[in-house]
Amino acid sequence: MNVVRISDDALALACGADVVAAEFAGAGWSVERVSSWGMHWLEPLVEINGIGWGPVLPGRVAEIAEGKADDLCIGPVASHPFILSQQRLTFGRAGKTRPLNLKDYAATGGWQGLTRARAMDPLAVVAEVAASGLRGRGGAGFPAGIKWQTVASAPGSPKYIVCNADEGDSGTFADRMLMEGDPFQLLEGMAIAAHAVGAERGYIYVRSEYPHAIAKLNAAIELAAEHLAPFAVEVRVGAGAYVCGEETALLNSIEGKRGEVRAKPPLPAIEGLFGCPTVVNNVLTLAAIPHVLVEGGAAHYDSHGIGRSKGTMPIQLAGNIKHGGLYEAAFGITLQELIYDIGGGTASGRPVKAVQVGGPLGAYNHPSQFHLPFDYEAYAGADALIGHGGIVVFDDTAEMGKMARFAMAFCAAESCGKCTPCRIGSTRGIELIDRIRSGGKAEADAVEALPQMRNARKAGRSRADDLQLLEDLCETMQYGSLCALGGFTPYPVRSALKHWPEDFE
Amino acid sequence: MTESEQLAEILTAHTGRKGPLLPILRDVQAAFGCVSSENETAIAKALNLSRAEVHGVVSFYHDFSAVPDPRPCIELCRAEACQARGVEGIAAAAEAAAGDRVRIKTVYCLGLCSVGPAARVGGALHARLDEAALVRLVQSA
Repeated sequence: MNVVRISDDALALACGADVVAAEFAGAGWSVERVSSWGMHWLEPLVEINGIGWGPVLPGRVAEIAEGKADDLCIGPVASHPFILSQQRLTFGRAGKTRPLNLKDYAATGGWQGLTRARAMDPLAVVAEVAASGLRGRGGAGFPAGIKWQTVASAPGSPKYIVCNADEGDSGTFADRMLMEGDPFQLLEGMAIAAHAVGAERGYIYVRSEYPHAIAKLNAAIELAAEHLAPFAVEVRVGAGAYVCGEETALLNSIEGKRGEVRAKPPLPAIEGLFGCPTVVNNVLTLAAIPHVLVEGGAAHYDSHGIGRSKGTMPIQLAGNIKHGGLYEAAFGITLQELIYDIGGGTASGRPVKAVQVGGPLGAYNHPSQFHLPFDYEAYAGADALIGHGGIVVFDDTAEMGKMARFAMAFCAAESCGKCTPCRIGSTRGIELIDRIRSGGKAEADAVEALPQMRNARKAGRSRADDLQLLEDLCETMQYGSLCALGGFTPYPVRSALKHWPEDFE
Repeated sequence: MTESEQLAEILTAHTGRKGPLLPILRDVQAAFGCVSSENETAIAKALNLSRAEVHGVVSFYHDFSAVPDPRPCIELCRAEACQARGVEGIAAAAEAAAGDRVRIKTVYCLGLCSVGPAARVGGALHARLDEAALVRLVQSA
C-alpha cells in the first residue's frame, strides 16, 4: 500500500494538514501522521518515499499522488539544505517518527539513556550532566549539572522534577514542537533527572494555549508508564499567565496559588514545590538529557558549541522571515547566517530593520550586530540575551518606538504585581514613551501643578529630560525587579532607543 | 444535573490531588463559562481555604472570568512575531466585522510564530491569515 507522511504538529494543522491528509486517505493512501521537520514555510509538507512536496493545498493532492506537481516538489526531504546544515540532537527524530509510537521511539535510540543511567550511581549521572556542559535552555543558561547537584544533596523529601513548558515568549515554539513531536524523549529526560536526584514524582506545567501538546503528553505518559515507573508524571495546565514561565511563579501556580514570583533565596533547588527540593528545568533542557546519558554522550555534547555555551540550541526562526522554522545548531552561529543564508531574508522581501532575539524581554538587534556569535556570554556583553532561542525578524515598516511601547505595555499586562518596579514602572514607561513620541510637553500636568508637589517641575520637561527619565526608569526596573519580567523589559526599550532614536520623534 | 451537583462532581474528581485549585477552576470555567462568586465560596469551603484566597487566584489568571460571555470567541495573537507579519494592519477590519456579536480576544502567542498572523477559534487553529481570511473567520464564528 502507498504510504504518505504528513505532520500532525499544531502548526501543520493550522496550515491545513488535516484536509490534505483526509484527501490522501480518501484516495486510498495509508497516511502516517509524523512529527514536523520544522520547515514551516513548506507546511503542510507531504512526504512520499522520502520525496517532499510543500506547501500543499487540498486541490493538488491528485497531482502529487501521481508524482507530479513539480512546482511544489522539494526533492528528498532529509537532504534539503535547511535540514542538512543543522546539527540535530534534541530534534533528531523531527519529521522521522510518529510521536506516540513506542516502536518508532525505541528503534531510534529511545530509552537507551534511561537504561544506562539507572544502572549507574545517581551521583555519577549528575557528574555526566555537569561534564556535558549543558545549560538551562529556558533563558537564564544556568548549568544543569550544578542545579541537579544542589537538589541531590539537599536534605528533605520528597523531591520533585518540574518541567517548565510555559513557553510564552513570542517567536518561540521549540517546546511545543518537542512536546507534540517527541514526547517520550522529554519523559525519558525527566525520568533520568528523577533517578539522579532521588525524586519519585514529576510535573509538566504546560500553558493552556497548547491544547495539542497537552493531549500528546497525557497520551504519552499513559503509554510509557511502564518505562518510567517508579517515576510518575502529571501534566498541569496553566491559565493564561505569562509570568508563570518564571520558575517560582510556576511553582506557586502548581500549588494552586496566584502566580506571583517568590523572592530568592531560598532557591527552588532547596525549597521548591510544596517546600521540597525541586529541579525546575525547561523542556529543551530535559529533552537533551537522554543524548547526554548514552555511552559517550556527555563528551559528544560537550564537543559542540563555543566558549561556555556547549551543545546545540534549537533556534526558532520566526516573524517576517522567508524560511521560518526550527533550526537546531551548535552555539556560535551568527544572526547574519541565520537570517540571510538560512532564513532567506524577510518574507515581505523588504530590507531587515531589526531582529528581536529572546522573546518579548529580548533586545532588538540592529543589522550592525548581526556578526554576533550565538553564545550566552557574547550576547550578554552586547546588552542582549539569547533567552529561549527565538528570533523574530522585522522589516523596514516596523516602528521601533511603537515596539518599545509594546514592551512596556506587555509588561504591564503580564506583571504579577508583587514588586513595584515592574508593576508601576511598566505603566509609567508607557506614559513616558507616549509623551516622548508625541513631542513632549511644555506644561506641568495637573498633579505636578498642585501646591503640595513642592519638588515637581512647574515648567514641564524637555525631550532630553524625558529621555533621561526613561533611562532612569529602565535602570530602576532592571536592577530593582524581582524577576526577569520587570528586569529585562528595559532591554527591548533601551535597544530600540539606542539604535533607532529617529523612531521616537 | 443542577449546577451545584455538577460542581460537587468536579470537586470529587480532584480529591486527593496535591494543589488541586487550578485544575478545579479550569474545570469550573469550562463547565459554566465563568467562576461565579457562589462557586468561589463553595470551592473555598471544600478546600478549606478562605473565599479571598480563591478569589485572588480567579482574578489573577487571564483564563478565568467572573461572569460568562456567551459570544463566540476568536483568540487573535498580537504578540511581536505576529506584529512583524502584519497583524496590526488587519485587526481593525476583524473588529469591525465582529461588532458586538463576536468577541475578539487578544492573546500573546499561540506558538505559530513563523506562519502568523494566527488565530484560534475553539480548538481549531488558523495561520497565514490575511484581512479577507480573518474577516471570513469572524463572520463564520
